[in-house]
Amino acid sequence: MDSRDQTLFLQEAVQAALDSGTPLNLVGGGSKAFYGRPAVGAPLSLNQHQGIINYHPSELVMTARAGTKLADIEQTLAEHRQMLAFEPPHFADTATLGGAIACGLSGPRRPFTGSARDVVLGCKIINGKAEVLSFGGEVMKNVAGYDVSRLMVGAMGCLGLLLDISIKVLPKPDLTAGTCFELTASAALRAMTTLSRQSLPLSGLSYDGRLLYARFSGYESAVRAALQKVGGDTPGSADFWQDLNEQRHAFFQTDSTLWRLAVPPATPELAVPGEWLFDWGGGLRWLTSNAPALKIFAAAGLARGHAVQFRAQDRTGDCFQPLTGKLQQLNRSVKQAFDPDGIFNPNRMYQDW
Amino acid sequence: MTSTQPHHSERIHHQVALHVLVNELKTCLPDSAIIAEPEALRPYECDGLSAYRCLPWLVVLPATVAQVQHCVRCCYRHGVPIVARGAGTGLAGGALPLDNGVLLSLVRLNRILDIDSANRLARVEPGVRNLAISQAAASHGLYYAPDPSSQIACTIGGNVAENSGGVHCLKYGLTTHNILQLDIITMDGELVTIGSHGLDGPGLDLLALMTGSEGMLGIVVAVTVKLLPLPEQVQVVLAAFDDVEQAGLAVAEIIAAGLIPAGLEMMDKATIKAAEDFIHAGYPEDAEAILLCELDGSAAQVDEELELAVALLAGSGASHISIAKSEQERKRLWAGRKAAFPAIGRLSPDYYCMDGTIPRRFLATVLKGIAELSEHYGLAVANVFHAGDGNLHPLILYNADLPGDLQKAEQFGGDILKLSIAVGGTISGEHGVGIEKINHMCMQFSTQELTQFHAIKRAFDGRGLLNPGKAIPTLSRCAEFGAMHVHHGQLPHPGIDRF
Repeated sequence: MDSRDQTLFLQEAVQAALDSGTPLNLVGGGSKAFYGRPAVGAPLSLNQHQGIINYHPSELVMTARAGTKLADIEQTLAEHRQMLAFEPPHFADTATLGGAIACGLSGPRRPFTGSARDVVLGCKIINGKAEVLSFGGEVMKNVAGYDVSRLMVGAMGCLGLLLDISIKVLPKPDLTAGTCFELTASAALRAMTTLSRQSLPLSGLSYDGRLLYARFSGYESAVRAALQKVGGDTPGSADFWQDLNEQRHAFFQTDSTLWRLAVPPATPELAVPGEWLFDWGGGLRWLTSNAPALKIFAAAGLARGHAVQFRAQDRTGDCFQPLTGKLQQLNRSVKQAFDPDGIFNPNRMYQDW
Repeated sequence: MTSTQPHHSERIHHQVALHVLVNELKTCLPDSAIIAEPEALRPYECDGLSAYRCLPWLVVLPATVAQVQHCVRCCYRHGVPIVARGAGTGLAGGALPLDNGVLLSLVRLNRILDIDSANRLARVEPGVRNLAISQAAASHGLYYAPDPSSQIACTIGGNVAENSGGVHCLKYGLTTHNILQLDIITMDGELVTIGSHGLDGPGLDLLALMTGSEGMLGIVVAVTVKLLPLPEQVQVVLAAFDDVEQAGLAVAEIIAAGLIPAGLEMMDKATIKAAEDFIHAGYPEDAEAILLCELDGSAAQVDEELELAVALLAGSGASHISIAKSEQERKRLWAGRKAAFPAIGRLSPDYYCMDGTIPRRFLATVLKGIAELSEHYGLAVANVFHAGDGNLHPLILYNADLPGDLQKAEQFGGDILKLSIAVGGTISGEHGVGIEKINHMCMQFSTQELTQFHAIKRAFDGRGLLNPGKAIPTLSRCAEFGAMHVHHGQLPHPGIDRF
């Protein structure tokens, strides 16, 4: 893995963009280019800004440059029997840490060990005034100043250019094993609620429309005890969890629009036509549907959650749950506080900024 | 005692007379919710950091969201600053009042609105006490994980404001990891819902920004917290060490071995003795340091972790290891830890509690540095840590009645914070900056970073009326304070031996 610090180059590029009034399209590995509204602006690649800056396994902390490949990070961690517990989806070999954090996506382990946002401890950014700023740090607890580091997660690069990111990592479990049950959708939701309320070493709980999959991780005796307690059948495919996370599962092979809904996990089946796949114990609902966007946003909002149009042919409308009133105003004001001239990823998240 | 005033650059000036504001408040609030008489104001003059006091201009105690909204709108109209307050247990003076501002106490908003056991969440008002949430959830087999030592008294609203931790945050995270949604009133009186009842929310992650913002961005009027299933089994191991540094190394060993205990706490000799005299927890008094290591989860998991923990502690040179034999003994061992601060309070007329957090590998180095500073200043220090997180709570013992002693304690504390920053840590892990460490913010952050914080503040509170003079220093305060930004681990005066 090459180690290169491109901070000065990137700062000059942002300054030049500011001077000429040219908006920038921040690009990592391009693996999530499909996500969000269409990118506009001059591409600025962060790919060359890479390398692990700091990694002390006993601290459970790693600091790496945004352009570092996720695969390289995961390999380094694996050498020390550690992992990224939020299981970021890659979607391509080119996926970078910066892209994973900017998109803020987390895999099946998320309800049990935390999200991309949860593991971020600190970051160095370039803001919309071409200033290099550091927030947070490499320690587990830090309440000095506003939590800018976690604000960056899922902000789609609209608030600033991520340079370096410090994240919490976790030990790899000794054993991971799963079980499955054939159930109807409503019975699966009930079963997921029952399992989630027990003291079990869960690391995944999903339903693909036919089978409910439960995954356990931890010490061997604890995983075996859990499997014995809940029963069920041995899953046919050992790759289910990875296929789910990377969207290689048959469910995702469709021409319809793919939606991602985050809702309270026990929410009953939503009355939106389409195919459903449940992850996060029911808290994340994947939907393939050609129903109107407004209907899906409304259903998610009514369930006290929100929806994202995840993959679609037409991305010119709202991809993220539309905001209204004061919340919309606060989002806009925060964008202006970081990027007053609107040079970072304009309109990638919302149509009005 | 002299009244603590905000820095002149942070003071908000307004012209409205007290009776005018009171009359406007009374159109929506009962007389019993408004306190203006000096004697009745006295209990509100400070929070848990009693070295800083100021009699508030006016105290308002709303009991409904509509009343909060009315109060905020009245203040907004007249440009009157507001300091929000929960139970007043904060240790950084975040709820220190203003002599020309409203102290908005949220303790009467104390209803648990809903416990949704299927979705494992609770929706509560900000004045609900931290422990009351777990108590209410217990019959559903659920609990709320963050447990600051003050959890009997502190409120969830205050926990959100400070992003409170506790002894279990090593495994379960801080407040920010355990809340889903906030209803806030912004300074212009609007009610806004931030987050969702799902595991993430729409738009930018303003929930992250609100958590730990010390009442500077909005007034929290409802909180949705995540509940977790009660663990099937909980066990605690006590290990004694003849050497503090060895205990520090044992902490690193445990984490490096892939074990994440539910809690990993350390106390030094002075704290052990104080806690033992106070609570009779059963600590070995001849030890130089003890570690409390708690493990929780399914029975099989705890059994396995227990075996590993005992082996690691023995291998790290613990002179004595014991496992709590009963739930009663486990609770007693924790009671000593949770009562460590009041126990020290019995030893010394006053103590000053620090909250620096450092990378764990520097634990031994920083402990040594603190011991040297203790000698230099001639003030004793007792150390309690959330060792697993690297979060230190050195308690500096002093006597406020002795002229100059408080100033000496503050200088000592400031040097500890410099030490924390120099090894890559932070000035506050969980207590917040408040008024106490506002000057030290000038050391941790550059002018441009502070300017960015001010821009965030303006996005929420354009006129700067929420808790002025706290948490984020003005640039002119920093200029006056004269502190230099500690950059890349370089102390302002590297020639001085601090380690």
